[in-house]
Amino acid sequence: MRAFTQHKGIVAPMDRSNVDTDMIIPKQFLKSIKRTGFGPNLFDELRYLDEGKPDQDCSQRPLNPDFVLNQPRYQRASVLLARRNFGCGSSREHAPWALEDFGFRVIIAPSFADIFYNNCFKNGLLPIVLDEEIVDRLFQETYDNEGYELAVDLAARTVTTPFGECFPFEVDDFRRHCLLNGLDDIGVTLEDADLIRAYEEKRRQTAPWLFAGGH
Amino acid sequence: MAGKTLYDKLWDDHLVKQRDDGSALIYIDRHLLHEVTSPQAFEGLRLAGRKPWRIDANLATPDHNVPTTERDKGIDGIVDPVSRTQVETLDRNCDEFGILEFKIKDQRQGIVHVIGPEQGATLPGMSIVCGDSHTSTHGAFGCLAHGIGTSEVEHVLATQCLVQKKMKNMLVRVNGQLAPGVTGKDVVLAIIGTIGTAGGTGYAVEFGGEAIRSLSMEGRMTICNMAIEAGARVGMVAVDETTIEYVRGRPFAPKGDAWDRAVAYWRTLHSDPDAVFDKVVEIDGAAIKPQVSWGTSPEMVTSVDGRVPDPAQEEDPIKREGIVRALKYMGLQPNQKITDIRLDRVFIGSCTNSRIEDLREAARVVKGRKVAPTLKQAMVVPGSGLVKAQAEREGLDKIFIEAGLEWRDPGCSMCLAMNADKLGQGEHCASTSNRNFEGRQGFGGRTHLVSPAMAAAAAVTGHFVDVRELLN
Repeated sequence: MRAFTQHKGIVAPMDRSNVDTDMIIPKQFLKSIKRTGFGPNLFDELRYLDEGKPDQDCSQRPLNPDFVLNQPRYQRASVLLARRNFGCGSSREHAPWALEDFGFRVIIAPSFADIFYNNCFKNGLLPIVLDEEIVDRLFQETYDNEGYELAVDLAARTVTTPFGECFPFEVDDFRRHCLLNGLDDIGVTLEDADLIRAYEEKRRQTAPWLFAGGH
Repeated sequence: MAGKTLYDKLWDDHLVKQRDDGSALIYIDRHLLHEVTSPQAFEGLRLAGRKPWRIDANLATPDHNVPTTERDKGIDGIVDPVSRTQVETLDRNCDEFGILEFKIKDQRQGIVHVIGPEQGATLPGMSIVCGDSHTSTHGAFGCLAHGIGTSEVEHVLATQCLVQKKMKNMLVRVNGQLAPGVTGKDVVLAIIGTIGTAGGTGYAVEFGGEAIRSLSMEGRMTICNMAIEAGARVGMVAVDETTIEYVRGRPFAPKGDAWDRAVAYWRTLHSDPDAVFDKVVEIDGAAIKPQVSWGTSPEMVTSVDGRVPDPAQEEDPIKREGIVRALKYMGLQPNQKITDIRLDRVFIGSCTNSRIEDLREAARVVKGRKVAPTLKQAMVVPGSGLVKAQAEREGLDKIFIEAGLEWRDPGCSMCLAMNADKLGQGEHCASTSNRNFEGRQGFGGRTHLVSPAMAAAAAVTGHFVDVRELLN
């Protein structure tokens, strides 16, 4: 996994609550057996005026001029500013894959859905929870200032505005450690292989029916 | 010291290691797989040169992409080549690693959350995960069950564990007796309408109270299934005699002495009387009426005798904007009566409502009636090949067909429209599925979430109606 330490980038405002994973990447694109290439279909139904299909050349499709990511000032955005309960719905990891493939590295919102939040960390994408009041201000500053950028420091756990305001955020130590170092958490878990085997041995005694095998 | 909640007990029983940083390694007893969220995980294993930790903990089936017609053709019946590749990839991965899979032509194939319980592969007290958010369904058996992403699918395959942080405890107590005609679906929609689509975020939610206790396992599965629509990854119901009787005799269930030993353990799977919850929500079950969602989030729901809300009455600006947007997408007017919403299609199926009891309830309503001529389609998609066979033994298929509903083969179908079953742009659908998100059932499609009985009532009248009027 790509490590995340610091990032500074243009902010795009996604000004609606309860953005669900169907909206982030519609189901017809989940048929891929790869992890890459989802970026052109990020927010497909909001971004294009026609119905998206897998394996299409998206550069030929009619764009929805009202959609935020189609506006020239946000096209190189790498920080997504969002509202409450971002990423609700399904467990599809295709949602963070699509955001990452588009070029986002950071998502800031007042709250995230649990599974989506968790999936982001596995893909070098940092979800940051800030108070709604602060998020409101960041939206306003983004609208008011073309080229508005935020600087994120994961080690220091801070978000800094171009005007020098600095907001601290919280993140689990384990997740932060893995993201800072780009760690493969399967490798970390397998360091405890003996503990897993010991647990299984104990469970085999107390709950043998769980190890009865197939049927 | 206060007693333990059901979640506390399940957590403690699966704890392999508590780390100093607050994270923990949790052991996974059962891993369910389907074709959409697993290919990249198997590929990851291969690239890292890893093998599955414990083959017999895994059970797989294709469900999202499978067609619901012409199933005798097997994989060749999947017209879309991209869908076909995904199903073939699951077959190949399971064959290569020796994982048990109910393939497309196996009668035991079905929606992963239907076949787990049906086979007894879901047992009380298990920790169960699947790359699908509706894995919370299995919590109905007193399991610690939740959805995971593809990276975690790979993690579970490789280590039989997940890295987790303990969630907070919430109890949703549904008091009183449900009125006749009111089902588990109505209860869970009413709960989501009350606590909101993020009300359960960060919590493991236990559903309790008299109304829950009196539900069948099917009803409890429907409720736990939609815990995620309230933001809770984990939904649970304590084990009781209803649970144990449901599991008895199923193919994967323990037999003989092992059964007795298991049952003795299962009877401990409830919250202690003095357990402390971080949050308790009380719901008056007797007051719940049949529910219908009007918007594009499961919390946008009301009673069938209600009206579409007026955004002008909403004080929270973000919610008001959400209502305005939803009404525009849904093509509805403020204050419009729910019973005046014109319908185009009816879908009875999905991991929420495709079990035998769901089909019986729907059949009871449509029996002797005809699908309204204004509808373009009404379809019934059983949750598994075995549910389909059971329904046919009971003659339910004939009741549906005589009434003019289509009787299909098992799969996820129009719940998320990854196969050929989908809504057209602007079409309204009475659906027994779990999500009314924009575009979920097809580009521009408009979903209204209801119970199977309410969907059946909508099928024979062409609009929403309180099913109790048809049952009297």
